[in-house]
Amino acid sequence: MSFLRALLRHSSGRIGAIIIAVFAVAAILGLAGLTPHDPLAQDRLARLQAPGARYWMGTDLFGRDILSRLMVGIGQSFAVALLSVGLATSVGTVLGLTAAWFGRLWDGAVMRAMDVLLSFPAILLALLIVAIMGPGLVTSVVAIAIVYTPIFTRVVRGPALSLKTRSFVDAARTFGSSRRYILTRHLLANLVAPLTVQITLALAWALLTEAALSFLGLGAQPPNPSLGLMLSDSRNLMESAPWMLVFPALVIMLAVLGFNLLGDALRDLFDPRTRRALA
Amino acid sequence: MNYVLRRLLMFPLVMLGVSVFVFVAIRLVPGDAITAMLGTESGLLTPAQRESLAAYFGLDQNWAVQYWRWLGGLVQGDLGLSVTYGQPVSQIIAERFPLTLELALLSMVIALLIGLPAGVFAATRAERPSDLIVRVFAMIGQSTPNFVVALLAIYVLSVGFGTLPTMGRFVPLTEDPLGNLAQLILPALALGTAFAAAVTRIARAAMLDILSEDYVRTARSKGFSQGYVIWRHALPNALIPVVTLSGVEFGYLLGGAVIVEQIFALPGVGRVVLDAILQRDYALVQGVVLFIAFNFLLVNLLVDLAYAALDPRIRYGAS
Repeated sequence: MSFLRALLRHSSGRIGAIIIAVFAVAAILGLAGLTPHDPLAQDRLARLQAPGARYWMGTDLFGRDILSRLMVGIGQSFAVALLSVGLATSVGTVLGLTAAWFGRLWDGAVMRAMDVLLSFPAILLALLIVAIMGPGLVTSVVAIAIVYTPIFTRVVRGPALSLKTRSFVDAARTFGSSRRYILTRHLLANLVAPLTVQITLALAWALLTEAALSFLGLGAQPPNPSLGLMLSDSRNLMESAPWMLVFPALVIMLAVLGFNLLGDALRDLFDPRTRRALA
Repeated sequence: MNYVLRRLLMFPLVMLGVSVFVFVAIRLVPGDAITAMLGTESGLLTPAQRESLAAYFGLDQNWAVQYWRWLGGLVQGDLGLSVTYGQPVSQIIAERFPLTLELALLSMVIALLIGLPAGVFAATRAERPSDLIVRVFAMIGQSTPNFVVALLAIYVLSVGFGTLPTMGRFVPLTEDPLGNLAQLILPALALGTAFAAAVTRIARAAMLDILSEDYVRTARSKGFSQGYVIWRHALPNALIPVVTLSGVEFGYLLGGAVIVEQIFALPGVGRVVLDAILQRDYALVQGVVLFIAFNFLLVNLLVDLAYAALDPRIRYGAS
């Protein structure tokens, strides 16, 4: 509780938390189907309508409500981001911990494999995976997870290597603690801080990558609303219907901003040097 | 082992791993290569024709043999033949890469021209309102995807100035430098925005660290002016992390700005990859992806070496 209070006292932490909370509510409502209008329903008499009393953020070329579509789009983007980062964190943590613990051949094999994955710009690796699996939301989750796994492996392995040699780990060994117990209770418990920061920042990147993939038509498939697709649809209509561009653009920007602000605040709070200054 | 030597030895090893990864990844794509190559026309092939085509492309061999042959070609600069273009992959890359390189360089220039002064300015006014404004802008810049900047830029141009960016035929730099610049400035701005924001943040952080160092305090106590201390003492050291960041970002940009090239209809490397994937031109995907990874690794290697040269502590430290 005191940590949450500290986070909310931190100026960028507070702003980030508010933004993410608002979007989380919109996402949950969107996924639960509690949108002002049906996101797929076409109101042919209200095509390309400017924001107004009935359609707060206007309508698109097919007369579909932009706000409702955005809410579902945010829900899907958040779901993809959470699932993919969750997957990347789990796999990356297991790989990083075991690489640090067992060392030698396993460490070498894991880290060289991660080097290979890190040799591709993120979007390119994601595209390659989409080519193998075919476009879609599940592919987006897997692709983004594979792209960010090496980062988590590195984030975990480095500190785990130094923790491994600390005396409390030796002590645990002499007490006869099992390997699994030491890895989870002693190593992993001490890695919560760097992991939390990395997860928050990775959520921001995952949102960006998901939007990029769906913008290219390789993520969520129409008529499914997605932030990237909505932006892509706005391209030829931006002069006559700028709301089709502005609202999805703002949503992507703010969502990424929210996670970035939160990540910065967490980094400050976990860093003993800045924590003293903040206290 | 010496850091520089270890990095140099790692390069070919990782590159070999990358080539295996790309080779296997392409073969995991569903459907056989012949069908992918010929599309619907492959249905017209008799089994005998299919077999002879497979033999022609070496596809009747096992993966190990295929990989070995492909690697042999690679070493000689032969990346294979693109089915959709009917040209050698290496020639397609040679035609597209100058544009990507130019775009990456232009974006970096924009990022450094904006980011460096902004970062230094913010650091010298730490915690004052002007610092806060710079930081807010940097945070927003870093959170805005380049394709959103690109679309907003096109919108502002079309509504504010009643014009659209020149698309269609790409004008090479050698043909018409001004026309070329007019075509590339908006894409470069779109790519440079987040880059500039990152430079601002890292330059500010590095500058703040250095301004609290003893040698800076000593220089100040000697009576040197603020400007002199910043330019001669602080900035050169603050540049080290900026160089690293710029190098890594530049490496990313050399991989082609897939979406921005797509939005502005620029025939760069990024667009080739996307088209090749959409058209299932596997030789092209394989060749271009490998080329991009090579550039990316090479730039990262150079950055690490430059870093080691700038900061002697790295040369002898752990990896």
